[in-house]
Amino acid sequence: MEIQVNGTVREVPDGATVTTMLGALGVPSRGVAVAVDGVVVAKTDHDRTVLPDGAEVEVLTAVQGG
Amino acid sequence: MDDPLIIADRSYSSRLIMGTGGAANLAVLERALKASGTELTTVSIRRVDTQGGTGVLEVLERLGIDPLPNTAGCRTAAEAVLTATMAREALGTPWIKLEIVGDDRTLLPDAVELLDAAAQLVADGFTVLAYTNDDPVLALRLEELGCAAVMPLGSPIGTGLGIRNPHNLELIVARATIPVILDAGIGTASDAALAMELGCAGVMLATAVTRATDPEAMAAAMRHGVLAGRLAHGAGRVPQRFWAQASSPPR
Repeated sequence: MEIQVNGTVREVPDGATVTTMLGALGVPSRGVAVAVDGVVVAKTDHDRTVLPDGAEVEVLTAVQGG
Repeated sequence: MDDPLIIADRSYSSRLIMGTGGAANLAVLERALKASGTELTTVSIRRVDTQGGTGVLEVLERLGIDPLPNTAGCRTAAEAVLTATMAREALGTPWIKLEIVGDDRTLLPDAVELLDAAAQLVADGFTVLAYTNDDPVLALRLEELGCAAVMPLGSPIGTGLGIRNPHNLELIVARATIPVILDAGIGTASDAALAMELGCAGVMLATAVTRATDPEAMAAAMRHGVLAGRLAHGAGRVPQRFWAQASSPPR
């Protein structure tokens, strides 16, 4: 199925969770936050949160600023 | 000298809060942060893979500096609340420097959105440090809402114009019972010293150091400026006089 990660279309297996998506992107789970369709997913829920088809996912982290 | 800056449940021996934006690279930033003596430093929350990477967190960790996520770039309360929630998730801290600007040319705070977001974030358990205008009434409102600190600007972000309305800052300081931290507009060490002389509990700056010709040297200057201003504030300055008064005996 297709999802959008940070505005880019990505192909992930059906039933992919937040954890498997982060792994496929090569993003460490430490220091990042994930929102699926505008709702923040707590780290403790990454394993069991299945991404819906067409999900719009934001993966954010800390950068230089302020 | 034991004179800590106390914000909410934390105590810092440095009264200088640094930003990380504008540094040419992480090595320059690290040297500047070290020279500044800061113990609390802001970071922004952005999409992964954008330039900047996550290296900044490693730098802060190495130096033993607490990260203070901000909501820079947000224009509405809704955006700021979402960003704060993401920051709490990413960094594991309920502390947030709340920053909502009205437009790109001035980057001045949007007071209406700011109050709305502050109320929501306090209710959700955040420790809110609110970037605000140098408006004494607004500062009081933010305190009443439960903010942990107010951060009035000296002048617009990145301008280096210093403190444009010192009297407003004194009014804010005179009535606040939470720390007042001068944020934005600092250009050089004397600006930081002036903020402290006016009674601010601390100073937050980024551009003045990160875009200086020698960031490390300017960071050290800022550290001393804050210390000097703090000492002067507590030392009780002489009254200003119109006519001269000899300091040497007449004969």
